[in-house]
Amino acid sequence: MSEPVANGEAYEEEHVHEVYEQIASHFSSTRYKPWPIIERFLQGLAPGSVGLDVGCGNGKYLAVNRDIFIVASDRSPNLATIATTHPPHSVCVADILSLPHPAHTFDFAISIAVIHHLSTATRRTAAIASLLAPLRRGGRALIYVWALEQEGSRRGWSEGMEQDVMVPWVMRGKKAKKGKGGGEEAQEDRTFHRYYHLYRRGELEESVREAGGVVVEAGYEKDNWWAIVERGEGEG
Amino acid sequence: MKLLTLNFLTCARKTCKTNPAAFPLHPREAELEQIEAEINPLLIQNLLPRINWEVLKTISQELGLPSLPESAPDSEDFMTEEGEPTQTLKDLHTLLMEMNVQNGKLVCGSCEHEYAIKEGIANFLLPSHMV
Ligand SMILES: [Zn+2]
Repeated sequence: MSEPVANGEAYEEEHVHEVYEQIASHFSSTRYKPWPIIERFLQGLAPGSVGLDVGCGNGKYLAVNRDIFIVASDRSPNLATIATTHPPHSVCVADILSLPHPAHTFDFAISIAVIHHLSTATRRTAAIASLLAPLRRGGRALIYVWALEQEGSRRGWSEGMEQDVMVPWVMRGKKAKKGKGGGEEAQEDRTFHRYYHLYRRGELEESVREAGGVVVEAGYEKDNWWAIVERGEGEG
Repeated sequence: MKLLTLNFLTCARKTCKTNPAAFPLHPREAELEQIEAEINPLLIQNLLPRINWEVLKTISQELGLPSLPESAPDSEDFMTEEGEPTQTLKDLHTLLMEMNVQNGKLVCGSCEHEYAIKEGIANFLLPSHMV
């Protein structure tokens, strides 16, 4: 499969947004353990820090630090609703390319497993620029994306393979239950496919620079590339 | 949606980002609800310098809430000598963390676009011709 360039927005609507909207509650029940580097980043923030969690999903990173204030957002209204259960933070529905936040205001931003869902290089770079614009000078963003190099994982992707892929999500059905009232009918397994762009080594940093950002720290953790980024001096 | 959050939201349209009229967004037809929340003195004390008091005053007025003091309270007045939260801190906590717009709209003062708030969640998705 090659990069689906024709109409990125419509493509993502079908192959990313609609899927998350449908699998929201099932997806949420599988996402509860924060990754160590993200936890460390959030716990290292001073009390009263104000930041963003763009593509917050079920809000698992909203439970890490209660002495900061996060305005979280997700493209899926169903996921945003699930994420509202974490005080003192706030959740809204928004698109990473049209965020409703003032420029040069926030101490930090995180965007975990989100930018790899945008379907063209231009849109992925624009998403990073959009994440950096609300940061104050010296504010930092933490970005996580799926890696192409996943030799250790069951998915078996590795260097040199196709980077634009459809990844199945299987929502397990229920077995039929026998009961007095006729029981419950069996539900079949349903498989959804989500679009991902798998990042090769160095690609996230390249995209950050193109978006006008400066990489402060970067690395690889559990099948993901990550980077901590500041807004460059160039704009604004 | 907490009143505090309105300090950190503006219009999602690119053309409004540089227009001062787009900030803050104006609540309309707002249904307010007070939802109890645990008080965190450390958080509020450190958030205070980040809050635009003029914005908070404007929004409170637009929501028909009792008018706020002319200037922001002093965080020196937040704790009693016994280390208990003062009424000043409790009132600020209620205003920022417990007052929620549950339903209504947020209107941009620049382009007049209306964003819906339903069950406490504001929706900033734009139709593609408006992005
Ligand atoms: Zn506007």
